[in-house]
Amino acid sequence: MGIRFILMVNKQGQTRLAQYYEWLTVEERRALEGEIVRKCLARNEQQCSFVEHRNYKIVYRRYASLFFLVGVDNDENELAILEFIHLLVETMDRHFGNVCELDIMFHLEKAHFMLEEMVMNGSIVETSKANILSPIQLMEKAT
Amino acid sequence: MAMHGMRGLAIFISDVRNCQNKELERLRVDKELGNIRNRFKKEKGLTPYAKKKYVWKMLYIYMLGYDVDFGHMEAVSLISAPKYPEKQVGYIVTSCLLNENHDFLRLAINTVRNDIIGRNETSQCLALTLVGNIGGREFAESLAPDVQKLILSSSCRPLVRKKAALCLLRLFRKSPDVVNVDGWADRMAQLLDERDLGVLTASMSLLVSLVSNNHEAYWTCLPKCVKILERLARNQDVPQEYTYYGIPSPWLQVKTMRALQYFPTIEDPNSRRTLFEVLQHILMGTDVVKNVNKNNASHAVLFEALALVMHLDAEKEMLSQCVALLGKFIAVREPNIRYLGLENMARMLIVTDVQEIIKRHQAQIITSLKDPDISICRRALDLLYGMCDVTNAKDIVEELLQYLSSADFTMLEELSLKAAILAEKFAPDLSWYVDVILQLIEKAGDFISDDIWFRVVQFVTNNDDLQTYAAAKAKEYLDKPAVHEKMVKVCAYILGEYSHLLARRPGCTPKEIFSIIHEKLPTVRTTTIPILLSAYAKILIHTQPPDQVLRNQIWAVFTKYESCIDAEIQQRAVEYFALSRKGAALMDILAEMPKFPERQSSLIKKAEDAEGGTAEQSAIKLRAQQQPSNALVVTNQHPANRAPPPVSVGQLSLVKAPSMDDTEDHSIERAPSQENVNISKVDPQAPSADLLSDLLGPLAIEGPPGAAVQYEHNATPGLDSGPDASAIVPVAEETNTIQPIVNIAERFRALCFKDSGILYEDPYIQIGIKAEWRAHHGRLALFLGNKNTSPLISVQALILPPAHLKMELSSVPDTIPPRAQVQFPLEVVNLQPSRDVAVLDFSYKFGTNKVNIKLHLPALLNKFLQPISVSTEEFFPQWRSLAGPPLKLQEVVRGLRPMALTEMENLLHSFGLMISQGLDPNPNNLVASTIFCSEKTHGMLCLVRIETDPADRTQLRMTLASGDPTLTFELKEFIKEQLVSITTVTPAPPAAPPTPQILSSDPAALLAGLLS
Repeated sequence: MGIRFILMVNKQGQTRLAQYYEWLTVEERRALEGEIVRKCLARNEQQCSFVEHRNYKIVYRRYASLFFLVGVDNDENELAILEFIHLLVETMDRHFGNVCELDIMFHLEKAHFMLEEMVMNGSIVETSKANILSPIQLMEKAT
Repeated sequence: MAMHGMRGLAIFISDVRNCQNKELERLRVDKELGNIRNRFKKEKGLTPYAKKKYVWKMLYIYMLGYDVDFGHMEAVSLISAPKYPEKQVGYIVTSCLLNENHDFLRLAINTVRNDIIGRNETSQCLALTLVGNIGGREFAESLAPDVQKLILSSSCRPLVRKKAALCLLRLFRKSPDVVNVDGWADRMAQLLDERDLGVLTASMSLLVSLVSNNHEAYWTCLPKCVKILERLARNQDVPQEYTYYGIPSPWLQVKTMRALQYFPTIEDPNSRRTLFEVLQHILMGTDVVKNVNKNNASHAVLFEALALVMHLDAEKEMLSQCVALLGKFIAVREPNIRYLGLENMARMLIVTDVQEIIKRHQAQIITSLKDPDISICRRALDLLYGMCDVTNAKDIVEELLQYLSSADFTMLEELSLKAAILAEKFAPDLSWYVDVILQLIEKAGDFISDDIWFRVVQFVTNNDDLQTYAAAKAKEYLDKPAVHEKMVKVCAYILGEYSHLLARRPGCTPKEIFSIIHEKLPTVRTTTIPILLSAYAKILIHTQPPDQVLRNQIWAVFTKYESCIDAEIQQRAVEYFALSRKGAALMDILAEMPKFPERQSSLIKKAEDAEGGTAEQSAIKLRAQQQPSNALVVTNQHPANRAPPPVSVGQLSLVKAPSMDDTEDHSIERAPSQENVNISKVDPQAPSADLLSDLLGPLAIEGPPGAAVQYEHNATPGLDSGPDASAIVPVAEETNTIQPIVNIAERFRALCFKDSGILYEDPYIQIGIKAEWRAHHGRLALFLGNKNTSPLISVQALILPPAHLKMELSSVPDTIPPRAQVQFPLEVVNLQPSRDVAVLDFSYKFGTNKVNIKLHLPALLNKFLQPISVSTEEFFPQWRSLAGPPLKLQEVVRGLRPMALTEMENLLHSFGLMISQGLDPNPNNLVASTIFCSEKTHGMLCLVRIETDPADRTQLRMTLASGDPTLTFELKEFIKEQLVSITTVTPAPPAAPPTPQILSSDPAALLAGLLS
């Protein structure tokens, strides 16, 4: 499976983007987000970027006020996921120019389009920023 | 901005953002939901644009954690919108809101298929992504060939092909039979010749999934993977777009090395040489650099390379190089690298010959144990637990004890359990073991399970020379002012039994002992008081000559509790009081406890169970199982690190294992013991020559019939209560005038091996079922379809679950309207292994006819099996460690219908067992493995071996092994029943049950059929 979910959460703990690659009910999602956000946000800069939760791991990274949390299987390569988060952020940066929480919040659909190009069924599909962004550009041309 | 015109959405988002509190947010969201619902309901002709806007709002609300239970239809309908922006929204929102079982999704199959086979590549991509994310079995059945064609099509651009590859991966997972191995393996190899790195990235994920399932079929892909890795690692022809901080696609490198770890060995010398050169290059050429991203990316590759080196039989030199690297990592300050260093070092313990080098890092690892970061502590704890053996147990356990007082409370339970296990396994002498456990209870009483103190009591009871020491210690602990209640329990018990051994010591007269214990009584809960009362009674009989004052004191206590509201306390008080008046007879009645029979440590089992749970859903379950703690499978890893094998003499005895470097004789030095104390010394290396004899031994079918069967039948509770599975017919048909129009037994049997279909049908009603199983949970939906033009009334459904299943049925409506179908969900939780079958007691009235039927529900044992492939390296140690009954059972089954080996394989496969090809050198034998999930056992590995006799196919010998005796027995019986029933019940193999109508498994179609 690899990636189970990708969450973007601000430092108040509000979810700004959630993409799950396994089906959970709304209640399960709420509970899960509550638990892991509590766990991850309480950590400091000197601690590592991996948190073990139930039977999987959270790899997370903080950018200003926004946390990117990725749930992965226990045997996933943690550093590869950590840098995948950065690739996602760089891709958003390339599109929005200095991306911030509000960009993601108000352009929810674009954030989804990007993720859709990068991850499918919990596996990484594409890592070239140009390729990731081309469908969005196509759509912008169309409207 | 592209929010063009979607002003309404932007306003809504900002409204929600401005809400001061959760309550206001909910109000705003509810208002919006009401608004959207109205629009969808009232305005039939909503423009695609308006729909798009509302659908995004729905997704936003859903993301905030509110349930959105309408509008799915609208989202799905956007998929067929003509314009790209609407179509895109339709696809994306549908894949977020719906899951594969959603009925609306089925409505879209045709549109999706048209998009996939159409010429418009943007639509192709959208459709492939949707199927790749949420496509289910039906999609697999109708789309697999098209998707396979796209992947290899020369006219398709990479952007379509990469998605097709991952789409196929999903379809393969949903329905493994869609990928035809014979044809596909060559194509897969061909796909790896691709130059485009996007397509390769996706294809590699597909390959990983395919090889993890069956590496043999894909051996031609192996050299190609090596080539790809070489290309990347040496940065040959890698476009800038795929270079990340100077590292050629680290993700593809990692994935490629992951794929290589699924091949057991690399035989081709050229590939092997090239691969080792590349790995050497990665190991040596990865430097620490300033840039964080570059550093992470290169170390991601490095850690994967380390894992691959460990997997391959690398040269000793290379392995020590790896350990040296890891040793460096665990000493750095950077927390991520340190965490991974610890994690990988624990994995490294599986490799023989490196333990000694790892032990050199013990001090460093202990430093990490005390790290304020709990993630790092956990890794350090696991590593310490794994590397512990007789040579370092004392140091490690003492460190763990010390750490107890400062550890994060979420770790205490695991920490104390592990310390207790290590103390038991590797204790140099038993008094030390007692010390450790008492310290554990003192420092972390709340987190000590009862098993731990039960175990110490067993040890003390069974070892006479330990009793005096234990009693003295117990007194010492009880003397302290604030004592944890668990400490009171264990100390009171020990003092009750053995305090008389201390009688000559100062301060240890029975009176003093009594008052020490009795002082604690007001502080304990009612559950502890019975233990204290027993201790008093025991003290009383050991007081020779009788002490009047003490006796009166104790009698006063008994009298006081004679009217206690707690029945247990009251009974003990009354009985002890009465007994203690009988004088001499009391001596016999309250004599010292006899020795406990030898039993496996429940602690070790508990730890294993806990670990099994973590591996539940991972694709690579066994790897994961070893990962969190190698130590829990220590018995398989290393001779010096194995648990004492059970000793059959009725005595707990401590086994010392010789350490690696220490050849001097470790005979056990203990105080002179009584003649019946059995000391055994077991040399763990001795049986190694015989390791495979069990599995590879000659076929012994000619043994006496049923000779091997009679293990533990009675020891396992509840086994005999199961209904005879060969009687798979409605439990009772009573005297219904209305007869079913389908063969219920056959239906049930078919449903045992598939997840949807018709369970029952008569002229008035059709009952369909659809099930989804995940680990030990199941979600069933029962579909009740009224076939008539008048309603069915007095509908009642009751579930009679067997003891091992927890089933929750939502309420069933009293009436089913004419020609309508109602659906009701049923949640199932599997508590423990059992073959019992749940029964649905269903009744309804049609006109004056009352119909009552009892149907078996297909929630059988095999539904909780998850096939898993086990490699030779993993299989044998497991097989070996599950040495004999009750964990490993064998039985000869006779009188079978002769069947070919491949048919048998299919059969086992349909039960949820994974056949390991070629693992057994005898071609007439089959070896299979699976994971059984229940709340009790968590995910537990089961291994199966079937030996057939080519000369006589009507008999076979079956051997089952798992870590749980009940599971082993139940699974063995299950397989046997299935093998036997296939000979007697149905002529066709159960994997392919007779299909009645094409659409029968699709409840939506079923409904459509009813309404036509």
